[in-house]
Amino acid sequence: MNVSPEIQRSDFAAIAQWVQRGAHVLDLGCGDGTLLRYLQQTRGVTGYGVEIDDRNILECVNNGVNVIQGDLEQGLSEFEENSFDFVILSQTLQAMRNTERIMREMLRVGRAGIVTFPNFGHWKNRLHVLRGRMPVSNSLPFEWFDTPNIHLCTIADFERFCASRGIGVVGRTVLSGGKPVTAWPNLLGELAVYYFVD
Amino acid sequence: MVKSTPDDTTGSVGNVKPQTAHFSVPLELRSGAVLRDYDLVYETYGTLNAERSNAVLVCHALNASHHVAGTYADEPGNVGWWDNMIGPGKPLDTDRFYVIGVNNIGGCHGSTGPGSINPATGKIWGGDFPIVTVEDWVDAQVQLADHLGIDCFAAVMGGSLGAMQALAWAFRHPQRLRHSIVIACTPNLSAQNIAFNEVARQAIVTDPDFHDGNYAAEGVAPRRGLRVARMVGHITYLSDDEMANKFGRQLKNGKLNYSFDTEFQIESYLRYQGNKFADQFDANTYLRITKVLDYFDPAAEHAGDLGLALKPVQAGVLVVSFTTDWRFSPERSREIVRALLDNRAQVTYAEIDAPHGHDAFLLDDTRYHRLIAAYFNRIHEEITP
Repeated sequence: MNVSPEIQRSDFAAIAQWVQRGAHVLDLGCGDGTLLRYLQQTRGVTGYGVEIDDRNILECVNNGVNVIQGDLEQGLSEFEENSFDFVILSQTLQAMRNTERIMREMLRVGRAGIVTFPNFGHWKNRLHVLRGRMPVSNSLPFEWFDTPNIHLCTIADFERFCASRGIGVVGRTVLSGGKPVTAWPNLLGELAVYYFVD
Repeated sequence: MVKSTPDDTTGSVGNVKPQTAHFSVPLELRSGAVLRDYDLVYETYGTLNAERSNAVLVCHALNASHHVAGTYADEPGNVGWWDNMIGPGKPLDTDRFYVIGVNNIGGCHGSTGPGSINPATGKIWGGDFPIVTVEDWVDAQVQLADHLGIDCFAAVMGGSLGAMQALAWAFRHPQRLRHSIVIACTPNLSAQNIAFNEVARQAIVTDPDFHDGNYAAEGVAPRRGLRVARMVGHITYLSDDEMANKFGRQLKNGKLNYSFDTEFQIESYLRYQGNKFADQFDANTYLRITKVLDYFDPAAEHAGDLGLALKPVQAGVLVVSFTTDWRFSPERSREIVRALLDNRAQVTYAEIDAPHGHDAFLLDDTRYHRLIAAYFNRIHEEITP
């Protein structure tokens, strides 16, 4: 995960709302396994995390989460078609090199996908850019030169992308400070959570 | 808590004593042969808890024995082959777990093998000792577990050939282990792996001192063959980079002599390893263990479907591979992982970036040892009421 720890957690409940009890879940870029553990505890899910970083693998084991070490950029060849109820990509989309490929892979191995990302259209980010600087904030804690976030987008961008690729968005929650935003989501939302199917 | 030990080595289980268990229930081998009765030599470290739930079986690989950790009072230099992994405060912590190391049948360290007496003839088995398999080994280990009163292991663990046993436990006796720790493994040997084994075997059987395996009766041993076999094996345990780092093109005596004496350090190293091994290992055992490796192929009985072969697995499985292991590469471990994922088994997979090749599973590597320690912590939490 490529955002600060406080922001990491704010999307857990938003993700969990769509996850049925006892579902089989794949969490891509699962970090230290906190989300998967949360879903195990609150929704009784089974499943695995996928993670590339050695330290995170160790933390997943400490957290009692099943984790598979691997590189998401290489695709999900380890996993069979439709083998998961949900495939989750939490705060990792913006750091992926091949955005479309990972979205397609999510829908190949899972019946539904859940993706969360920091909304670049949030007013604070817009303000940073208006002042002539790249934004650095809670949800985007990196400087331009050391950020892993190479594919930042706004809520409007993401929805256009899904529409153009035939990806069916069936649910959306936009958060700010951990609370749902209803009015002007692309301006007031810090974090977007999408539930989508093929 | 760090125990003080007789030789004052921190983190060592100290001096240990092997024990022998005799079994008179015949063991039917996969080859069709039957071992009427047999001995298994084993060592234990730590204490079995009242619930008998903290036992961990450590399975050995190609060259190893039941002497997994600690030393012997009369041989202080004879340190167990996985002593860096097992002991008080080590990744497999003997303050928490009761650890068992066992010498498999066909071995040459005390368990019934080619050097034992064949009860049918009253003579040394020699070349007549049957071919054994991973499954046979595991079935014999089940008898040992019964003998020790262990219904369910906290974990069965091994590297390389030892990992094949840990995996075989999980699909053959799913009720009898909570976790299987499968390190540097493969679901079967590749043609290249079998080829290396065949070179090793040919080195032994073409040694004039081999006598169809009945060399003991002739008062000789095919040392030269065993030596070459081990040298070939050793090449496959190390990565190209590791060999380059350790030896490169360093010369033994500082200058070239244009002779067949050892010119390069790597030659000297291989000869040393070969000699050392030939002094302490039995050629008949070595031949059989290479066959144990070749025959292992759980998917074969299921039309090549490894997922089906691993369907019975109920244990949590930790699969670990090493990036520079070209003998049993990470891709082979991933096949095991994929099969377990298809079955929705409890599986964790770690790929350790280590430079040492296949041998990495025996070496100190912080990431590797931390991971094993964390996994055993998890097991300990699970079995602690």
